[in-house]
Amino acid sequence: MLKTGSAAPEFELFSNPDQKLKLSELKGKRVILAFYPADWSPVCSDQMALYNETLKFFLRHDAQLLGISVDSKWCHMAFSENHNLHFPLLADFEPKGMVAKLYEAYDMKEGECLRVLYVLDEKGMIHWGYNSPVGINPGADGILKALEGLDKSLNIKDELSFDPTR
Amino acid sequence: MSSHLTPPVSSRDHVQGNKKAPLTLVEFGDYQCIYCGHAYPIIKQVQQKMGNRLKFVFRNFPLSEAHPDAYNAAVAAEAAALQNKFWEMHDTLYEHQEQLDWEHLFLYAKTSGLDLERFKADIEEESVSARVEADFESGVRSGVNGTPSFFINEEKYDGDWGGHDLFDALNRSEK
Repeated sequence: MLKTGSAAPEFELFSNPDQKLKLSELKGKRVILAFYPADWSPVCSDQMALYNETLKFFLRHDAQLLGISVDSKWCHMAFSENHNLHFPLLADFEPKGMVAKLYEAYDMKEGECLRVLYVLDEKGMIHWGYNSPVGINPGADGILKALEGLDKSLNIKDELSFDPTR
Repeated sequence: MSSHLTPPVSSRDHVQGNKKAPLTLVEFGDYQCIYCGHAYPIIKQVQQKMGNRLKFVFRNFPLSEAHPDAYNAAVAAEAAALQNKFWEMHDTLYEHQEQLDWEHLFLYAKTSGLDLERFKADIEEESVSARVEADFESGVRSGVNGTPSFFINEEKYDGDWGGHDLFDALNRSEK
């Protein structure tokens, strides 16, 4: 796991068959990175289906969710369509698991991503991370608490740099 | 991750059984989820076996993207609650999981003995959908990661619940 307070490494991955997404394109927004072992595996389906329903809670905190696994962009497309997902799935496919390795979220033995979550702040710094046992769906409460923590620290900063013209 | 029921059980909850029971079982459920359907008779059995020792609470956790009728079914049960028929509707829905479109929901409202005019008005009420959403949010906050999710005495129960497992887990918690 990368340390909180460190800069989130840049990456560029396919988010659908003909488009790539760069992490830096999302600067100014909060980002939730959800590394997961595999499309179609039962626990992952539950986890991604759950996050699909909790997107509105993430949105309240201006956070964009990105799912990441080593599956190919075509596999992601089928999985996403089948589950009616409303957030991008990134293909860490070639070189396999390169981004997961950068984020210390790769299982060398299985050749899959670990079930790791990160919440990045609007400046692209790692605010929170969690490594869930592979067989356990971590739910969304940890992510929400981390996002609320970011809201709180933002409010404190707002008070410190109070602008009377606002 | 988190394992504590947030917010805790209160008078706003749908409670079945002895309100002063030493054991509380909370289920977060989705009326269209087949696993919840499997859990339904198991919970009935557990309630029967434990009698006064158990209080059962149901909260809504409809996964609307995965189950297109789940949200409406939850709304129908909450509308029934306004006529004090929550549990009748809850049971009917789990006994007819494969038919949860509006036409059938109205039919179940009728067979549950509801005033249909009032039911029709209540399903449009914002307070009813707000109730379903508040339950869902409480689930997300409590670490619910799928359905059914159970809490025993307000702590998340991650063990197996099939066969006698839920009954055994409750018995263990009582001691």
